[in-house]
Amino acid sequence: MSAPATFVPSTFASLIAPGFFSSGAVRTALTIGVLVAIVAGVVGTFTVLRGQSFAGHAFGDLGSTGGSGAYLAGIGPLWGFVIAGIAAAAAMEAVGVQRARGRDLATGIVLGAGLGLAALFLYLGTTATSTTGATVTILFGSIFAIPSSTVPWVLLLALISLALIAILYRPLMLSSASPELAAARGVPVRLVGALFLVALALTVALTAITIGSILSTALLIGPAAAALRLTRSPRAALASAAAIGVGTVVLGIVLAYDSNTWPPAGHAWPVSFFIVTLVLIAYLASGVPAYLSRRRDSREGRDANAGSAGASTLGAGGETTGAISTVVR
Amino acid sequence: MKVSETMTVDALETAPTDAGAGARARAEVLSVEGVSVHLGGRQILQDVGFQIRAGEFTGLIGSNGAGKTTLMRVILGLQAPAQGRVLIGGEPRSRRAAKIGYVPQKFMLDPDAPLRARDLVALGIDGQRLGFALPSRRRSELIDSMLAAVGAGHLAEKRVGRLSGGEQQRVLIAHALVSRPELLALDEPLANLDLSSGHEVVALLARIAREQQVAILLSAHEMNPLLPVMDRIVYLAGGRAASGPTGEVVRADVLSRLYGHHVDVLNVHGRVLVVAGSEPGSGHGEWAVGSDEALTADQPGEDRGDSGDGSVEVIS
Repeated sequence: MSAPATFVPSTFASLIAPGFFSSGAVRTALTIGVLVAIVAGVVGTFTVLRGQSFAGHAFGDLGSTGGSGAYLAGIGPLWGFVIAGIAAAAAMEAVGVQRARGRDLATGIVLGAGLGLAALFLYLGTTATSTTGATVTILFGSIFAIPSSTVPWVLLLALISLALIAILYRPLMLSSASPELAAARGVPVRLVGALFLVALALTVALTAITIGSILSTALLIGPAAAALRLTRSPRAALASAAAIGVGTVVLGIVLAYDSNTWPPAGHAWPVSFFIVTLVLIAYLASGVPAYLSRRRDSREGRDANAGSAGASTLGAGGETTGAISTVVR
Repeated sequence: MKVSETMTVDALETAPTDAGAGARARAEVLSVEGVSVHLGGRQILQDVGFQIRAGEFTGLIGSNGAGKTTLMRVILGLQAPAQGRVLIGGEPRSRRAAKIGYVPQKFMLDPDAPLRARDLVALGIDGQRLGFALPSRRRSELIDSMLAAVGAGHLAEKRVGRLSGGEQQRVLIAHALVSRPELLALDEPLANLDLSSGHEVVALLARIAREQQVAILLSAHEMNPLLPVMDRIVYLAGGRAASGPTGEVVRADVLSRLYGHHVDVLNVHGRVLVVAGSEPGSGHGEWAVGSDEALTADQPGEDRGDSGDGSVEVIS
């Protein structure tokens, strides 16, 4: 990485450090990152629309348990995330926790216990292998360390999630907008909700291997929340959420690769840090157009008021003049 | 403005009335027969029965807790009755959702939710079907004409969550009507509207019932806003119903029988008030079905009710 370039295109070009595209780890990371960001954008949009971001967060927390359990058992963390997510979805469906706000306390205690179990699994795992890498990988992700053999599985899970959303699209949209309207049209609202939870659990498993189970909701919710502030129609929201997600993931990977040369030199900064930070920036930036249009509206409102006030003053003035001229005449 | 008015007329006249509007006007759209519902050991509805024909405007009137929403749910097929049945178009109620358009009482959508008025109406065409709907010109023209027909053409591109209560009602009515139902059921559509929006919605619904020959069933706790347009009334009290032409139901004798104690029906400045009578045992005149307007009625002496004595004190 050289000194800051003077203009933008060369800044971007110089961001891509030598060897970026020839690295197998980078290619795997980019493939997984882009796939996951697309799915997260689509599923995340429905998650926000349905007000279920807490369910996504719960899947992330319990994913920590599953991922660390899988690590202890010697299988890939992805399967731990998937199994924990599906189990959590089934439990939520059984208890009916997804909508009931009154169960907050119980949910918090269960999630805390899940993370406690994750701590135990990670402790046992790391003392057995005398490495601490797994803790960071599972909780905070390390996309560069994912073996390329995982790619087909990521692709499969991504396709299952997207297919569920595509098949359920209309009833899901209707029951997200209003369960009452959907039920009145004969939509099996509960079944649609349960199938959506499956898609959500799989998606959180995917975001968990990308940026870690603890941070997984950021990639799920952030791009979708930003997209909702920028768009009006469902399709535009889905497309922008996916695009914002892909943008943050790709740029995050580029920056992380580049940070090899940043202090302390020789160690790349965590990709998850960059992705989560970029998601936050995208979310904050998405508020700007809305803020500007609100300000414009209120200014127009003021102008309109000022205009009418001016007109009435003029009118009054005109009458006064008329009265005066009558008197004079 | 001219254009949108023309579209309004077009949209309303493309209703499938060519098979004989006269025959359809007589057609029985909804028949509720002896419906009883128990929930949690309580009897919510008891032997409720009434019929609605095409083009009729029916008010489902009752105070809070009288069972209006439960009855709506039975009609929509969301609640199975313990006894009795619901016939729609003469057939037992099944999953034939398209025959009933429904406007729920509760409709909460986040202001940022990416759902424009036209998207919600599109979901009224085939929102229950799997997969995506392919955009087509016919489809978008249908949506545009439906929105124009309810006076919401200018709202098509706006997010539903950012519309006012009255605007949302119009869009929801368009959503419910776009699949050409025979019955339009609305659960307390006036509850969250200011007076003038409420009047506009009622006038719109009356026009739809007349021009499109759709049967309308509207629930409300206040009958007065509906009096000018209501053909029939289903009056619910204590889980039981009295139904028929408005003038034949809103009478002291009929409603007293329904309530199981004496009530008076007062006509104050063209508004109807139903108040508990002053017979021994009925306490000192509690409001059975009151209204905010009733509390401001300033000339109780002008009461022309069937048996007003004693009720005058209630009002003043």
